[in-house]
Amino acid sequence: MELLYAITTGVLTACGLYLTLRGRTFPVVVGLTLLSYAVNLFLFSMGGLTTDGPAIVSEGADVADPLPQALVLTAIVIGFAMTAFVVILAMRARSEVGNDHVDGKKEDRE
Amino acid sequence: MTLLWIALLPLLGVLVPALTERHGRNICSLATAVLPAIALVMTLLNVPALLDGEQLSFSVAWMPELALDLAFRLDGLSLLFNLLILGIGLLIILYAHYYLAKDEPFGRFYAFLMLFMASMVGISMSDNLILLWLFWELTSLSSFLLIGYWSHQSDARKGARMALTVTGAGGLALLAGLLLLGDMAGSYSMGDVLASGEMILADPRYPLMLGLVLLGAFTKSAQFPFHFWLPHAMAAPTPVSAYLHSATMVKAGIFLMARLHPAIAGSELWSVVVSLVGIITMLYGAWFALMKTDLKGILAFSTVSHLGLITVLLGIGSPMAILAALFHILNHATFKAALFMSAGIIDHETGTRELKQLGGLKKAMPVTALLTTLAAAAMAGVPLFNGFLSKEMFFTEALATPVLGGLSWLLPALAALGGILSVAYSLRLVHAVFFKPAREAPPKSPHEPPHLMRLPVEILVALCVVVGLFPAFMATGLLELASQAVIGSPLDFHLAIWHGVNLPLIMSLLAFAVGIALYWRHADVRRFTQQFASVDARRVFERIVVAMGYRAEQLIATLEGNSLQRYVGWLWLAALLMGGIGLVQITDLTGAAGNQELDGILLIGAGMLIFGGIATAATHRYRLISLLMLSVVGLFVALTFARFSAPDLALTQLSVEVVTMILLMLALFFLPQKTPPESSPLRNIRDMLLAGSLGLVVASLNYAVMTREMLSISSFFVENSKPGGGGYNVVNVILVDFRGFDTLGEITVLAIAGLAIFKLLNRLRLFIPHSDGEGRVWSPDRYPAILTSVSMTILPLALLVSAFIFLRGHNQPGGGFIAGLITAVALILLYMARGVAWAQERLDFPFQPVAVVGVAVATLTGLGSWLFGHPFLTSAFGYFSLPLIGTFELATALLFDLGVYLAVVGATLMILANLGKVTTAHRPVTEAAEKDADTSAVTPSAKEPR
Repeated sequence: MELLYAITTGVLTACGLYLTLRGRTFPVVVGLTLLSYAVNLFLFSMGGLTTDGPAIVSEGADVADPLPQALVLTAIVIGFAMTAFVVILAMRARSEVGNDHVDGKKEDRE
Repeated sequence: MTLLWIALLPLLGVLVPALTERHGRNICSLATAVLPAIALVMTLLNVPALLDGEQLSFSVAWMPELALDLAFRLDGLSLLFNLLILGIGLLIILYAHYYLAKDEPFGRFYAFLMLFMASMVGISMSDNLILLWLFWELTSLSSFLLIGYWSHQSDARKGARMALTVTGAGGLALLAGLLLLGDMAGSYSMGDVLASGEMILADPRYPLMLGLVLLGAFTKSAQFPFHFWLPHAMAAPTPVSAYLHSATMVKAGIFLMARLHPAIAGSELWSVVVSLVGIITMLYGAWFALMKTDLKGILAFSTVSHLGLITVLLGIGSPMAILAALFHILNHATFKAALFMSAGIIDHETGTRELKQLGGLKKAMPVTALLTTLAAAAMAGVPLFNGFLSKEMFFTEALATPVLGGLSWLLPALAALGGILSVAYSLRLVHAVFFKPAREAPPKSPHEPPHLMRLPVEILVALCVVVGLFPAFMATGLLELASQAVIGSPLDFHLAIWHGVNLPLIMSLLAFAVGIALYWRHADVRRFTQQFASVDARRVFERIVVAMGYRAEQLIATLEGNSLQRYVGWLWLAALLMGGIGLVQITDLTGAAGNQELDGILLIGAGMLIFGGIATAATHRYRLISLLMLSVVGLFVALTFARFSAPDLALTQLSVEVVTMILLMLALFFLPQKTPPESSPLRNIRDMLLAGSLGLVVASLNYAVMTREMLSISSFFVENSKPGGGGYNVVNVILVDFRGFDTLGEITVLAIAGLAIFKLLNRLRLFIPHSDGEGRVWSPDRYPAILTSVSMTILPLALLVSAFIFLRGHNQPGGGFIAGLITAVALILLYMARGVAWAQERLDFPFQPVAVVGVAVATLTGLGSWLFGHPFLTSAFGYFSLPLIGTFELATALLFDLGVYLAVVGATLMILANLGKVTTAHRPVTEAAEKDADTSAVTPSAKEPR
């Protein structure tokens, strides 16, 4: 189970990273979102994988580690704020520069 | 306590000129002089205690973690320097009063001068190594301001920059050296360091420390090969040169060597390095002093030369050599300050400092001529002047020292050579300016300056003569105290003019004879040296600075070249290396805990995630499809959270997924629908390799961590969640209670992101496409009927659900974050189903205040606990019962969570609703821009530009 989980995280990371290396803004934003999914999964797994043990007191002795969950919860929300900011920055850049290349140079490279 | 005031008064004095400048120069100068005068008097009042052998020190802890104390001491050495700094400083204030032109901002000048004075006094009195360094840096900065005072002159700016670069770089070396020194001594207190000399000498790091400290001292005191900044600092107004380059700034390096003498001198290395550097500097400076034709240039190089002389004496390091060094510090300060001020007077009254245009001034300025001649005689070491005494002592020590072993005879020979040059340039200075007939007329017709402007020179020259005539009476007391502070034990010595006919006297006489001859044949010497190309230090320096800047730019261009792709590539490569190094160090990838069992549902879930991820990347050129694939990943991430016992996360991820997709869809509408193929295959393969290897590293790391037993701090949270935070849902209690401060930070960031987006959207010029990627025309304003009707029904339900989720959050999965997202989604649904215009009529309020109020509520809740004497964000809770609903719990954490809820709703709507509005009349514009917004904000184009 852990092996499969790790492989999944790795694949998502690799796909996200690949997209961040593209030359246009939108794939980079998508890549960052994908990467943040991977990072959240990674962080979440730092508490170990627990089945049927939500971190709620008195539901049984063996509960999942609540700390990574709390961290990831805020990370998800902040991740959304970051995605929003970057994508709107991309829109603004396109409107100012006239193209959507990540380097933000005036001359069109197409 | 008086010690603290002596150090603080000049610092407070920085404010005085700023406050009194508008009352005119007379009042301003007088007021500025008051505080240093008090500090001087207070210093003198401490002399009786010093003579009684008391240890005067003051100390309060400032930053004990950094070993930094506000500690001052007043011993003989500090006394000597305080007298020089404050005494000459006062004379400089008087002199500058007349020197500066009518329209120059004198208040600023005085403020810089006081800042400099304060930092010098700080150096002189610091009883802590780090405090000393702080003041040291402050002298570099304030001297930069003083040298560059005439900032309209390119010379002044360049000279100031060079001085700052050289002394500032030396200062960094000094910091490293002092940190090492403190570490070796085990304490940063000056007293402890000075007492642990033997331990320091025995330490293997001694040579490194010595090198660094000396680098600091040599740069500051303009020792060869760092001397070049000093002549260029002559672009400063003359009062500055007289102060900085005679008595203070350049003496700081000398002071440091004297102050740390008990701790770091006493090794062969010290003697050889310091005395060799000193002697080279002495000769180099003296030679160029003879060659220069600019009055201040001559003085600058002669200063370099005399600083070299003092350095040699400190390098020799015998008790009598130290005494001679201290005596020469005093003497040089008096005659050199007098000479600088005379040069300033000449410059002021004739309009030039070039020897060519000067000459025969003794008729027009008889008094100045007399004063300058006397001061120059002291510099040349003529008997009956103070300079003679210390120079004789220098010759004596040069003859006695065994520093260079078999080559020790070299030292007196070179010393005598220095004496010869010093006589020659002193003679030239006086003769060429006052006695030789002028070759060209000076720009202004010369006359005597106002009497008070000459007064400082008169006082200093009188000191030169009186000390020269009655050395035992004038200087013995001060030198006894000062030498005792450096050597550690009282020194038995007797200052006298006449020691009988001995070798030093013969050396002096020889120096006079040859020196006069040298000046007589001066023209030949100059002609001889003119055959060699001269090197302009400033041009070399500027060229090096420019070249370094160019190289740095080139390096950046090669590495990054303003390309985000390359930049990100380097980032990931670095991450790959660091992660790889970490992985190599663990012995076994699979840890002791091993794998749990796998089931079919997990396999399908993982398959979907992997498929979604790869599909997102593979279809990235078809942006809408890529986005859909991304949403598959998001959905399955939420399911993963649900599967592994994290219901809160699953709920959050689900609701965030919805808003993210709406956001990206909206944004995609305004961006090109497809990505043109532009990466070369090679680049694609390279990127894939990089991303793939980093993915492998991440997977391995993740696997390695998960298969190991882990120790978590979470048991604390689980155990204390109910008794301490009053909630059963540990995740929520952590968010709103245990780690509430983090959450406060998070919602603040969220609100700031919302505001920043609002600002970015403000007056955004948009390319509004009229057809989609396949060329199909977008249909205007038709909202799907089912959605329109369902949205109305869903809204109250959704709000009810979010209230429910919010309230139960403390005990069951839910809470402010999730409830906020659900509310936001419900409201966004209205916009989507009915259009902006419809929604705007019904939701007619700005969202920014909602977010801000949310952050404010959370902050105030935290501050509220202060009222009850608890730390920030301490929560309280109690149980209440209402009819029908039953017993329920109210906690301040709930109020905090309300803040979170509001911040999330506000920020999310600020982002999405404003983005949705950009094509409509409700788009965000500032009020000032509203007038012309109709014409500029929207630029519809017939075809989608790409």
